[in-house]
This record gives sequence, C-alpha cells and structure tokens, in this order.
Amino acid sequence: MIYLDSAATALHRPPEVERAMCRALHTIGNAGRGAHGPTLAAARLVYGVREKVAALFGVSDPARVAFTANVTQALNTAIGGLIRPGDHVITTVCEHNSVLRPLYRKEDQGAELTILPADALGRVDFDALGDALRPNTRAVVVGHASNLTGNVVDLKKVSDFTRSHGLLLIVDAAQTAGTLPVHMEDLGIDVLCFTGHKGLMGPQGTGGLCVRAGLDLPPLLVGGSGIRSFDRAHPSQLPEALEAGTLNGHGLAGLGAALDYLLDRGMEDIHRTEDALARRFAGGVRSIPGVTLYGDLDAPVRAPIVTLNVGELDAAEVSGRLWDEAEICVRAGAHCAPLIHRALGTQERGAVRFSFSCFNTEAEIDRAVQAVADIAGEG
Amino acid sequence: MREKKRCAVLTFHTTTEAMAMERRCQEGGIPGRLIPVPKEITAGCGLAWRMTAEEYERWRPELERLGLRFQEAAEMMLY
Repeated sequence: MIYLDSAATALHRPPEVERAMCRALHTIGNAGRGAHGPTLAAARLVYGVREKVAALFGVSDPARVAFTANVTQALNTAIGGLIRPGDHVITTVCEHNSVLRPLYRKEDQGAELTILPADALGRVDFDALGDALRPNTRAVVVGHASNLTGNVVDLKKVSDFTRSHGLLLIVDAAQTAGTLPVHMEDLGIDVLCFTGHKGLMGPQGTGGLCVRAGLDLPPLLVGGSGIRSFDRAHPSQLPEALEAGTLNGHGLAGLGAALDYLLDRGMEDIHRTEDALARRFAGGVRSIPGVTLYGDLDAPVRAPIVTLNVGELDAAEVSGRLWDEAEICVRAGAHCAPLIHRALGTQERGAVRFSFSCFNTEAEIDRAVQAVADIAGEG
Repeated sequence: MREKKRCAVLTFHTTTEAMAMERRCQEGGIPGRLIPVPKEITAGCGLAWRMTAEEYERWRPELERLGLRFQEAAEMMLY
C-alpha cells in the first residue's frame, strides 16, 4: 500500500507516538483534577506539550496554547468568540468549510462577509484586501495553505495589512502546522488554529489554538475546568478557559512525542523532503496526456499537495482505480472546500488529491506517477 | 514523630500556572513541591506549591525574576 493522503490525516508516524500513547494509557490520570501521582503525571504531560507547541509556533507563554479536539473546534472557538453581529470579515474562496461554515453562521446572525476571489491557479490577490476594507471590518480569516491546491498564503503580507488597519488575524494552519514555519508573535497573528493529526503527525482528536496575549476570547464550551469549581461562570483564565471538559491526555501524549520527533529532526528537513516528493510527483504527471493539474505548482513555497484530474473521468473513479489497481490511497471528491472547486471549475466531478509525508519514498512516488499514466492511457 | 513546619503555600489561578511553577523550579533548583490546597485557603486551582517559609524568603526574588504567576502566598504550619 502507498499512502498519499497525509493532508487528510497522517498514517506514517514516528514509532514514539504509539509508544507514548500506550504508556499514557497506563500511567496518567485526569489532568488538573487532583494532586495524586497519576493526575499530576497527566498535568505535567499536558503542560509539556503546551511548551512544545508554544516553541513550534513562536508563542512566548505556553498558557496561551489551548487544546481542542481538532482544528474545526479551534476555528469555531475563534470565529464564534470574536465575530459579533454587525462586524465585517474578510476571507477567501480557498477556505475549508471549517472556516466558511462558522463564518456563514455569523453572517446569518448579522455579520457581513467578503470573500476574496482566486485566479485560474487558485491564487488569491491579497492586494484586494484594501478594496474589501469597510469601517466595520473586524477580522481577516485565512488558511495558511489550501487543502485543495497546496497554494501557500503569504501571511506576512496579510498580517502587514491587518496590523496597519487594527484588524484581527485568525489563521487556519491545518495544512501547514509541522510542515512550514509559522511564528505567531513575529507575524502578529491573533489566533492560530492547528490540528495535531496531519503535519504534526500526532493522533486524531488533538488540535488547538494559540491566542495572542491580551486578546479576550470567550469559550465555545463551558463546564468542568478543574479550577474555580464553586463559581457559576466558567473561568476566564487561559488556557483552562478554552478547555472545558477532560482533555485528550492520551492523544496529547502522542502529539508530544510527535513534536519531539519534529523538533529534533527539524521542520526544515521535513518540509524539504515532502516538497521534493511533491515536486517529483508533479513533474512526473505533468507530461501525461489528459492530466489536468490545479494550483500554482511552480510557486517557491508550497504545501506538499498535488491535485489533478484525468481526462474527463470522475475523480472518484480515478481514486477508486488507484486503490483497486495499485493500492494507492488518495482523496477524491470536494475536499470540504466548495468555493475553490467552483473557482477552478471542478465542482461537478471533484478532483484527486495526492498529499505527501516525509516518510514516503521516491519509489512510491514513481509508482504513483505510473499508476496515473496507466489510467490516463486507458481512459 | 513528624513535626509541623512553618511553610509558604503558593496558590494558583489555574493548573497551568501550577505546572509552570513546578517546571521552572525544577529547572532552577528551587525547592518545593506540589500539594493539594489546604482547606484553610481558597484558591482557583486545587494545587499549591509548598516550600518552607525560610526557603520562600530566600527564593522569592528568583520566583519574581522568572515571572512565575501565582494567586497568593499564605503562611501556615504543615507537616
């Protein structure tokens, strides 16, 4: 089997992840719920992962890293807590439904939304931010990289704009966390939302958000916090304010081990490996007659994603044949990103996404190229 | 027979503050340990950092220098 679906979730992980999770299953209690050995072990473990996430994303205070079940919960927390009726928000057609649907819900509640378009390569012109600005603009919400095209957004350019106009910048780093550097404080990001199970190589059920110092972000969920139990209201201190209910300590143990691997190997090396594999694949399929590629494949910085269609074939058929005939795992369909599909004209048949891990090999890439060529040749 | 000592009990707003205290103290060779908050004290978090009163007096400037957050410092007799 060749797994080329790492943008959906990691399958290849450092073995330390599994070991750390198994160890945690037998050793940790509930973080923040007591003072005995196992609960302290859980609290120490969780705090250690906070420190690693803070180090990875350039957050000086680990207390400003709050864990959630996934990036969708993090984005719902950020958008749900910061956008008010009457506010105007700017986003782009490249966004995932985890950004779009919380924004649509805000729109239904009285917020205003401007969605920046993309060109034929799926690139957004962020010079258009100025034209989109209104007196009531409160935030720009943007994904660091498109989960469909792999195009990467120049966050510095966006943050220069948001900082100069006093706007909030909320970033969805689902496709870049662990793959591309993001220094939250240098970039002036107000809320950075991440998932643990893709580029960070942790288990599913992990994710979170990093919140800029001084930003008051009301919680999405309230309930048990382990602190201030007799208060009627949920506590306001970070990170517990955004972590109602028992944390996924076992998952965070795995995420911590994955972060150790990532920080030890170095994100630059991981990105260089993934980028080389993605460009090898793109270069291989580019010359196959009938293959249509999407995205700005020649951009110097990209997420390790290559998306294509073959002839007039339905994307689901291509992905089905790749699995049936070559045991290659890819994602077909709409990828939860409806607007960029419309922009690229792939809303009817979807597109086939190949996404790469630093654990894939060149031999696997070459077999995948051949499998695409075989399908294209047969039509 | 164990004897009670005059101790400083540092309380916290959050579990995360308590964890930060423990981590920085261990790194910096600062004495003390986490205990459940004694019933005489009201605190946001159920964990507290226990040091002897003498240790607290000695290390207090270092705790401040490290910027460690805590809710309050109470003095009491503890085993």
